[in-house]
Amino acid sequence: MNKRLFAFTALFLAAAGLLTAASPPHLAIRGARVFTVSGAVLEHGTVLLKDGLIEAVGEGIAIPAGVTVIDGTGLNVYPGLIDALSAWGIPETVPAAPAAPAAAATPGQGQQQPPPQPRVRGPEDRPNAFTWVKAADLVKPSEKQIETARSAGFTTAVTFPKQGILAGHGAVINLGGETGGEMVLDPAAGLYTSVTTRGFGTFPGSLMGVMAYLRQLWIDAAYYKLAREAYARDPVTNPRPAYDRALEGLLDTHRLLLPATSRVQIERMLRFGAEFKTPFVLYGGQSAYETVSELKRAGVPVILNVKWPLKEKDSDPEEIPSMKTLQLRDKAPTTPVALAAAGVPFAVCSEGLDAPKDVIKALKKSIDLGLKPADAIRALTLSAAEIYGLSGRLGSIEKGKLANLTITKGDLFDDKTTVSMIFVDGKKYVPAPEAPTPPRQGGAKSPEVGQ
Amino acid sequence: MNAARMLIAAALACGVAHAQQAIVLQNATVHTVTKGTFKGSVVIQDGLITDVGAQVLTPAGAKVIDASGKHVIPGIIDCHTHIALDSINEGSVSVSSMVTVRDAIDPESIAIYHDLAGGTTTVNALHGSANAIGGLNVVLKMRWGKDAEGLVMKEAKPGIKFALGENPKRQGQGGQNPFGASLSPRYPGTRMGVEDVIRQAFTEARQYQAAWKDYNSHEAKGESALPPRKDLKLEPLVEVLEGKRLVHAHCYRADEILMLLRVADEFGFKIATLQHVLEGYKVANEIKAHGAGASTFSDWWGYKIEAYDAIPHNAAVLTRKGVLTSLNSDDVGNGDLSTRLNTEAGKTMKYGGLNEEEALALITINPARQLGIDRYVGSIEVGKQADLVVYDKDPLSMYSKVERVYIDGTQYFDREADVAARSRKDAEKKGLMEKEKAKEKSSEKAADKPGDKPAEKQEAKGAKPHQGGSDE
Repeated sequence: MNKRLFAFTALFLAAAGLLTAASPPHLAIRGARVFTVSGAVLEHGTVLLKDGLIEAVGEGIAIPAGVTVIDGTGLNVYPGLIDALSAWGIPETVPAAPAAPAAAATPGQGQQQPPPQPRVRGPEDRPNAFTWVKAADLVKPSEKQIETARSAGFTTAVTFPKQGILAGHGAVINLGGETGGEMVLDPAAGLYTSVTTRGFGTFPGSLMGVMAYLRQLWIDAAYYKLAREAYARDPVTNPRPAYDRALEGLLDTHRLLLPATSRVQIERMLRFGAEFKTPFVLYGGQSAYETVSELKRAGVPVILNVKWPLKEKDSDPEEIPSMKTLQLRDKAPTTPVALAAAGVPFAVCSEGLDAPKDVIKALKKSIDLGLKPADAIRALTLSAAEIYGLSGRLGSIEKGKLANLTITKGDLFDDKTTVSMIFVDGKKYVPAPEAPTPPRQGGAKSPEVGQ
Repeated sequence: MNAARMLIAAALACGVAHAQQAIVLQNATVHTVTKGTFKGSVVIQDGLITDVGAQVLTPAGAKVIDASGKHVIPGIIDCHTHIALDSINEGSVSVSSMVTVRDAIDPESIAIYHDLAGGTTTVNALHGSANAIGGLNVVLKMRWGKDAEGLVMKEAKPGIKFALGENPKRQGQGGQNPFGASLSPRYPGTRMGVEDVIRQAFTEARQYQAAWKDYNSHEAKGESALPPRKDLKLEPLVEVLEGKRLVHAHCYRADEILMLLRVADEFGFKIATLQHVLEGYKVANEIKAHGAGASTFSDWWGYKIEAYDAIPHNAAVLTRKGVLTSLNSDDVGNGDLSTRLNTEAGKTMKYGGLNEEEALALITINPARQLGIDRYVGSIEVGKQADLVVYDKDPLSMYSKVERVYIDGTQYFDREADVAARSRKDAEKKGLMEKEKAKEKSSEKAADKPGDKPAEKQEAKGAKPHQGGSDE
């Protein structure tokens, strides 16, 4: 290779601002406690990072000359933590301005009703199906949650659009990078579904309506494919199928995320998911402690929501909750214990929690109830990578994997532990100083007023 | 509850491994419904009734239960209910035949246990009446403790819900949905419109049926063609046209009943049951001529305009006119009427003078015939599934209590055991509440420790779509 040409190219790329992001330093973390996850814990391990990848890991491995060395004494090194379901990095869409309060503000004038919307006739109108939306197209590195999550130790997230019944395709993203495109590790992580219903107003208005709708959509997608192929073969005898973006998006689905929290929902969604020829994952899963054998038999992984149900603050002290509610509040934090014991693959997510760091606190609760710390770490790393089919690149500290590392002073699940540094694609980040609790929103902007 | 579910599951698992122990209900008053009432015994083996009569042979190793002084009847069948469902109405469209309540079964609904305690062993779980053509129904056995599919009575003929009158036309004026959003009117807004919706749907179904026939004949000849698009809305309607699916039609007024019978005759299909059918007594001959069944209430009416012109003699008049008649609960939520259908049946002896056997038939063999399951359940006969209820007194008396309930030969309700378990369940619940309280106290203490930050106030979050839950 011509050295001069290489230097020239490098100079050119640097000038174009591309190389700065693409050339993380060659460095070594030495003498740390390394949790490889895929293998044993190394008490005095060294991890070598080069070009954004893990170059080597082991005890007593040679560190080449000229490599920046970080003294890992007293530090724990984990594979970068993965949050398996969030909306991190996707800017919140600006909600449409409400029309009603303005009208109500004019005294004497009756409430102005917005014109009624045309009725949805059925599945053929594709209501609430946004299968063409891709999180990969929406993520922005400037989004605030990215830094918050990274500071809590997360290097990777699986982020989803959330609007609608079929909200769109999620993306596995690294929580670092200069552009949205750079962050994306997999733009087709899965299609997010939710049971969003609006009663009699519009189809589908019920749980069973949503299920029938999804069935018809899958039938229609298969038919669309068939009709398209027939038309391509013979455009004279076969009719030309109308372009349908909802079905195009559906045909690109490799993984389906279905919601299920209670036992009945889990059993229902296990049956329902099996109807589609697409692999599926359940998310929610707080009552999964009751259904481990069914999950195991079905071979379906769970993305566990670790916002454990609690007695509502300021709830009526006289009120006696149902037995089911009491049992769920008592047992939900044992779900990871049961899943790990049965060998059901599970990852965890921050959905519903106030802050990313609360995921770790929630798992600590499960550890206190018998979850092995190693299983908790696996759920936060390799299991998540496996569920999304990225274990070749993520989830453990192994040669050739992405240089995504979370480094803490002390055990990850200890209250007093702090994250000392994070590596994303080999690039070092230090946690942002914890911001003081933001003051509650000012009255002028408060959305509660007038509702 | 969950513990109960696990216990039963364990018991059932054992049942699979070994043949069920035979049971003899001895020296009871046996109301067979179809073969008379007598003092005698019933033998249960492997989930079926294997012998019944004044004298029976006790199989070796059988568990003999002395039922002297007790009454045994076939499990009660409720021909119209909405219990044990997480979702009842897909009310957004006037034809919702693409949905099925089978997707929404809630096997943990306490209504199942309530039904058992009232002697009801089988129910017809129907879609609601929000639209002219509703969703598909499912027949369930009250096998408390099993999962959703474990409740389904697979032998039952598939069915569909229709609805006439006020409910399906109510949205014709538009107005607001339950969340306050304004709605454009949903056609239809009149009874004429309801008829039109049904007619239109079956016209489409006929075209759909023809398109598939055409395609299949091309296929048979080896000619390749693009098949028609499979339509989940029209498939069940084709099944109705082909006599493979039962129509259960919610109705009140005589005029709309006649309308539906005429539309069905025109399109060449049968109405299996007219549900509620409060004015059925006015058109009993026409109902009989069409061959429809009637499933009504004993003495419940006046709750809306179309439900005023009713008489408590309805069931008896229809029965005397030769219409296959049953009584149902129309229960929603926790179950109410379905826990005492026996006394509902008893009322027909006062109003209309049915005899005891005819009265019991209204809640056993008649609904079984209406649902196409009379080969399996509905009477105490050899070879039928052992769905049996043991009462302490005459089942048509309001003083009677259900003591035991068997489904497929397995005991799912035992009054004595239920009463005995109450204090244990109360204690379990109390224990959980105390545990929670103790945890709260200790976390408060931890929060009060100096140096620790006070718990941060959770910020108000925007409304989120609820996930996977019930929607009614």
